[in-house]
Amino acid sequence: MKEFMFIFTGPYYEDLDMSMETAQAHTQKWFNWVQDLTNKGIYVSGKPLVRESGKVVSGKDAVVTDGPFAESKELVGGYFIIKADNIDDAVTVAKGFPDFELGGSVHVREVQVMHM
Amino acid sequence: MQEKFSSANELVDHLFRHEAGKMVAVLTRIFGMHNLEMAEDVVQEAFLKAAQTWKFNMLPENPAAWLMQVAKNKALDIIRREQRFNHLSAEVSAQLQLETDNTIEQFFLDTEIADSQLQLIFACCHPSLKEEDQVALTLKTISGFSVAEIAKALLAQESAVQKRLYRAKQFISSQNIQLEIPVGKDLQSRLDTVYTILYLIFNEGYNSSKAGELIRKDLCAEAMRLCLLLSQHKTGDQPLTYALLSLMCFHAARFESRLDENNSMILLAQQDRTKWDKELIKRGYYYLNKSSEGNHLSVYHIESAIAAEHCLATTFAETNFDRLLSLYDLLWQMKPTPVVQLNRAVVLSYTGQTQNAITLLLSIENIDTLLQTQYMFDAVLGELYARNNEPKQAEDHFEKAIKLTPSDTEKKLLKEKIAAVRSVQWS
Repeated sequence: MKEFMFIFTGPYYEDLDMSMETAQAHTQKWFNWVQDLTNKGIYVSGKPLVRESGKVVSGKDAVVTDGPFAESKELVGGYFIIKADNIDDAVTVAKGFPDFELGGSVHVREVQVMHM
Repeated sequence: MQEKFSSANELVDHLFRHEAGKMVAVLTRIFGMHNLEMAEDVVQEAFLKAAQTWKFNMLPENPAAWLMQVAKNKALDIIRREQRFNHLSAEVSAQLQLETDNTIEQFFLDTEIADSQLQLIFACCHPSLKEEDQVALTLKTISGFSVAEIAKALLAQESAVQKRLYRAKQFISSQNIQLEIPVGKDLQSRLDTVYTILYLIFNEGYNSSKAGELIRKDLCAEAMRLCLLLSQHKTGDQPLTYALLSLMCFHAARFESRLDENNSMILLAQQDRTKWDKELIKRGYYYLNKSSEGNHLSVYHIESAIAAEHCLATTFAETNFDRLLSLYDLLWQMKPTPVVQLNRAVVLSYTGQTQNAITLLLSIENIDTLLQTQYMFDAVLGELYARNNEPKQAEDHFEKAIKLTPSDTEKKLLKEKIAAVRSVQWS
């Protein structure tokens, strides 16, 4: 099996005018999703990204700026590593992402593994 | 971390609800009761941040502490934003900043949190607020219920609940209500209001069979939790608090046995007593015992003793009706309401004095109006007539009760009673 990275983008819950019940319902969907992937033995890891402390280092002088200040729907909220046989299967798994209706999306990328 | 997931949702649910009250209490203590809305917003933000983070399989070791930490940081952010030190040297402003941080830190100590929660309960039960507003405000701010949940639990429209909350908050800020623990005579009367509100919340959950099972249980559990909280604080560590707590335990013990699979009420006499929660009954006795310290006898004491009496009997027939009757006599002296008299009449009948019970019931003030408007009175009177071998009168009142009750289950039950009365008549 190959490994794939899911990069989750979309607005942070704090930015949405979201009721606690809705947030809780979504959290529950996430818990169920992770549980389901774990049961299938294809969940490897996952982490949220801290929003407030991002910096961008760029240019030949390695200039440090605050950010990235992407538009909220492009904000990266976190990532998963999952196992799948191929990209199509990985995409099928990604369709379980609970936050599509909140304007979120999943970038599915295969993780390069060195075999030598 | 994985093994936690089975109960994660329940954890989050209770956590959000219970921690919300604590956090709102601490934050209103810091920012003032007039900033209640802001405190609620900060708590909301903290929860959303939690949801955003935890959803990535990241439930912290101590979620409650995590949430409180987020709330604290947000509070400090707000204060720093508001405080301007530009007219001061860097040294002085750094010192002032440190002092502020230390002051705020104090409010997040466990003992202070308990104080804040109690003060908030007292504020929500301010005597100048209407009862329905007190209930809504308490459920919203202390119990972390959403407007939708409150509406569902109280069988009210969401817009009505919104209005109550708005009215209550307006009043609080216009009257400049402060968070405090009243002293002296004021304390006792405020405690009385708190008891009333908690018992009201409990009864909303206990008595309404229309709302969903879960939300009703939540209401009862919440009332009990707040009552327990009250008892654990030196201010509320009083016989009356324990009397109310024991009463709630005895009632809650029978929660499961009161409804059949169709959600219809099962009367006390027909309940499966093996379904009663023995652990809760035990706790009921424990608190009832604690409530007897001191010399003040309250309505809650008597009602709890009555509930205890029922819990003592292994079958309905074995109930000690003589003792129940003397308890009802006592209750009638303290709380002379038609419903108490109605119950007293029923118990009187079970002591073998049905004729007197009928006389007693008919002596209730305004009984004619009650018999025209409230099915309970007709249903009970019909029952008493049936027990007294007066089938004609029994049937009349059962018929009237059928017309008055909105509940189909009640109607069915009453029709069965009419059939039973008739079969006796003709046999």
